[in-house]
Amino acid sequence: MTICDDPDLSATKQERELASLQNKEHGRTEQFVRHHAGWMLAVANRVLRDRSHAEDAVQNAFAAVFKNLDSFNQKSSLKTWMHRIVVNEALMLLRKQSSTCEDSIDPFQSIFDENGCRIEEDWTTFRTPETILQQAQSSAQVIELIGRLPESYRVILVLRDIEELSTTEVADMLETSEANVRVKLHRARSALKKLLEPLIRGGAL
Amino acid sequence: MMGLSKRTINRIHGILFKLPMMITCRSFEDFILAYLDDKLPPRQKFVLDTHLELCPECRDYLRACRISIELAKTSAREAEVYFPIEVPEKLIQAVLEAQKVQATSNRN
Repeated sequence: MTICDDPDLSATKQERELASLQNKEHGRTEQFVRHHAGWMLAVANRVLRDRSHAEDAVQNAFAAVFKNLDSFNQKSSLKTWMHRIVVNEALMLLRKQSSTCEDSIDPFQSIFDENGCRIEEDWTTFRTPETILQQAQSSAQVIELIGRLPESYRVILVLRDIEELSTTEVADMLETSEANVRVKLHRARSALKKLLEPLIRGGAL
Repeated sequence: MMGLSKRTINRIHGILFKLPMMITCRSFEDFILAYLDDKLPPRQKFVLDTHLELCPECRDYLRACRISIELAKTSAREAEVYFPIEVPEKLIQAVLEAQKVQATSNRN
């Protein structure tokens, strides 16, 4: 299940929701906004890491949704379509606030010896995600560590691995090449693995 | 290869990984993304699988990588479900107000 899937919202329900909005049924707009605002705010906050900017992104996203509702072609689900819109709006705000310099990700990359062999500290235990997340505050720690990645890498990791967009979609949204997305995603994953190692090994962060 | 030092094992691996149908860990690194996405042609996948059979470091690296990707995904989902962000009423009202203005201007 992707993070933007909504088990409560079957295809028929979505069609009804869409029809009532397009027919401008009384009270439906408010119900629609209240139903979707929560997850949209969570998505925008994951991209922007700033509550106030996330609220702006959600407001802009709803404006775009209402403006383009008549042209929504139902090739994807309503929620998937709205998910792309809120991500786009968040990215637009992120571009405005991004600084041009960011920390290097190199210190968190894999290292190799003169034979081309990987140098990896010995692993004696691997804790599973389920075990790790049973510990209080673990998910907050993981989210905090994702936030430590340099911005351009963090965004790609969030869009690919958390929002579950395809490489092509991410490249389009960030107006960059798919090759660049792939390189940055690999480096971001490597860095995140390094940052999460203490948690995976079972030690304190 | 019990009893051999890590340095010696790496030297043997260094020679072994240069044989046909073999790759070094450094080259393996370039294919990890496609390997994780299961997007490699069978021949390349075979080469990477063989490397993994022989290389505990890459095996461990890949395993930790898979766990950290899963952790990122699950943590975000858990945070959304268990610690949802409260939607401020002023945001709802601002959205509804903007929609009203948009609907009115469309009618005119």
